[in-house]
Amino acid sequence: MADEALFQFLHNEVIQYIYKSAEGGETENGRNITKLENMGFRVGQGLIERFTKDTARFKDELDIMKFICKDFWTCVFKKQIDNLRTNHQGIYVLQDNKFRLLSQLSAGKQYLEHAPKYLAFTCGLVRGSLSNLGVKSIVTAEVSVMPACKFQVMIQKL
Amino acid sequence: MLMFCCCLLQNSELFTLTYGALVTQLCKDYENDEEVNKQLDKMGYNIGVRLIEDFLARSSVGRCQDFRETADVIAKVAFKMYLGITPSVTNWSPAGDEFSLILENNPLVDFVELPDNHSTLIYSNLLCGVLRGALEMVQMAVDVRFAQDTLRGDNVTEIRMKFIKRIEENLPAGDDQEERKMVFY
Repeated sequence: MADEALFQFLHNEVIQYIYKSAEGGETENGRNITKLENMGFRVGQGLIERFTKDTARFKDELDIMKFICKDFWTCVFKKQIDNLRTNHQGIYVLQDNKFRLLSQLSAGKQYLEHAPKYLAFTCGLVRGSLSNLGVKSIVTAEVSVMPACKFQVMIQKL
Repeated sequence: MLMFCCCLLQNSELFTLTYGALVTQLCKDYENDEEVNKQLDKMGYNIGVRLIEDFLARSSVGRCQDFRETADVIAKVAFKMYLGITPSVTNWSPAGDEFSLILENNPLVDFVELPDNHSTLIYSNLLCGVLRGALEMVQMAVDVRFAQDTLRGDNVTEIRMKFIKRIEENLPAGDDQEERKMVFY
């Protein structure tokens, strides 16, 4: 059973690798964010694969989101999502007041511009997990005050 | 129902799957296996130089007296703590400066199969870099490489570690002898 710290170290190193040759332009940054998000997506799919693809297990979409907030978040980040809000029309906001993967960055406004790099993989993780549970979505994230962040999940109706 | 779900979701797979995604990305980015191997080693090194602090803070190991003790700590404490396995330490060289870590199973390669066109890929090469980087931070220069790999058809995975030399700490001029004796931990 691999230690949580190992994943954090690897996650940070992956970010450093993706950005190492970046000129820092906006297109480059966007491409890198996408790369990280796609990696997270594949990992999220893989993680959920062990879980039976029986979506009848879940009563509804909200049930799936609660699963993400409680069980999934606990397994991956050793804590639950602190707050879940929804407009009951396919948009969910998951708030984590102490997001583990931001702990490497100092609290403070000057690091806010780097925060998206540390959120991209997790956005993909959530999107990939939902995908294997039969839910298509777009997942974005934002940091307002470190280390709190919000993940926004927009369910895509097929 | 929710409790049952949690048992099926193993956190250990997060690292393994992420590692797999990384190797996949590297294979896309680089022309050949040798480049990927080098990159994995480099990334492992970067992780190792930070991991050592985490390790020393969380384990209660003191300073190792010799390379044999270092080997035991690596196998029984470090590998156990980070990967949940305890490799065996064997094949000591007569001079006592080289040994093997035998891993019966390698958690990194769960569900992994090497495609035919990647026969020279050292999939788990990150581990070599981690060990090298970590030991460098405690003043040991070592050479680490895979001697056997289950992914390439061997029965076990064998990591060979060789002690090269002790690295002198670079202290600024003017420190007195007493301070020089203070060790890393």
